[in-house]
Amino acid sequence: MDGIHDMGGMDGFGRVEREANEPVFHADWERRMLALSLAVPFAVPYSDDHLRREIERIPPADYLRSSYYEKWLIALESLMKERGIIPGGTVTLPVTPGAPIEAEAVADAIKGGFPTRRDDKEATARFVVGARVRARNIHPKHHTRLPRYVRGHEGVIHTDLGVFGFPDWNSEGKGHKPQHCYTVRFSQQILWGREAPAGDSLYVDLWEDYLEPA
Amino acid sequence: MAAGETMSADGKDPKQDHHHDHDHDAEEKGLALRVKTLETLLVEKGLVDPAALDRFVEEYETRIGPKNGARVVARAWTDPAFKQRLLTDATAAIRELGLSGLQGENMVAVENTERVHNVIVCTLCSCYPWPVLGLPPVWYKSAAYRSRVVKEPRGVLQEFGLEIPPGTEVRVWDSSAEIRYMVLPRRPAGTDNLSEAALAALVTRDGMVGTAAV
Repeated sequence: MDGIHDMGGMDGFGRVEREANEPVFHADWERRMLALSLAVPFAVPYSDDHLRREIERIPPADYLRSSYYEKWLIALESLMKERGIIPGGTVTLPVTPGAPIEAEAVADAIKGGFPTRRDDKEATARFVVGARVRARNIHPKHHTRLPRYVRGHEGVIHTDLGVFGFPDWNSEGKGHKPQHCYTVRFSQQILWGREAPAGDSLYVDLWEDYLEPA
Repeated sequence: MAAGETMSADGKDPKQDHHHDHDHDAEEKGLALRVKTLETLLVEKGLVDPAALDRFVEEYETRIGPKNGARVVARAWTDPAFKQRLLTDATAAIRELGLSGLQGENMVAVENTERVHNVIVCTLCSCYPWPVLGLPPVWYKSAAYRSRVVKEPRGVLQEFGLEIPPGTEVRVWDSSAEIRYMVLPRRPAGTDNLSEAALAALVTRDGMVGTAAV
């Protein structure tokens, strides 16, 4: 969706403020929030696409006011409500929860990660490295990984990253739609005009459905 | 909170600041209570084990951080074959050092040279290579960084104290999909006699994001 989260290229946020010797967490509730977000999916499955969809639905003014972990809290509460795990809201995705992750399994679970690359054979690459492509001018109302600032612009396929599920479908529960994802290089002048230094470039990873031949 | 600091920096009435801090404290308490409530509910339902939550926190607060990435960089500086593997298949090369996992399932390392300076961002949320850099600092997740670094990278880098010469190409990597990036900074001059461990001690988090030189 064309939401506030899609910030690339916006003006008005001022300088990047940094904190010297910043701690990993600023409050104990942030520690618990990170841990909950990582532990809960073992018993009540949800993917990053689901979490991100919920974060992106936070109204813009609230989004800007909320800290990172506050957004996670809002999103996790929504996911648990729609799955009928905690009260409130409408249960749209009832689930039968599994077992919680045990303390001894945590380190290995972190190391293992959640690999999402799935090189399904039926997904053949539509573009080759070096091909000229255009980011499609589309405006989905749901979660998408196509940033607004590249839409309609021409770039070049830099790398074929392999096959991944299409997040626009994952987030909507429409099933696994495997397709190639590519690193696409855009000239900064194409994106931002002549004032951008010639020769500077921007690389962004885009799924095949976001691209058309140029 | 950053907003409070900005207010005083702008010379606003200190009473305003004071008032703001009270609101902030109340807000923090409210958030802490909400997280506690969520955790309690999930524990009661047997979906999370508090001991497992402690383990997640411990991992990210004490074991997983930029020191890991610094080892990768120091190895690349001292072992040309490793550097080649890192630039060809970063996920596998990083795994050689026992590093892998959540938010680093698919890694790409980009090399800074005399001619090219790389910087990473995630404009849509705050994707960051956790296994090598740990959890992201607040500024990396800020609206200011996410919005501006894709459009005016040289200006943002200048604010970080990094002046990129006009003849050096700036490449911005927006990690909008499933790849997580790290920058391989340039090895500082005069470090020929340093051991790998001594080199690792020189490598900073910002150096691996691309917002600082090492």
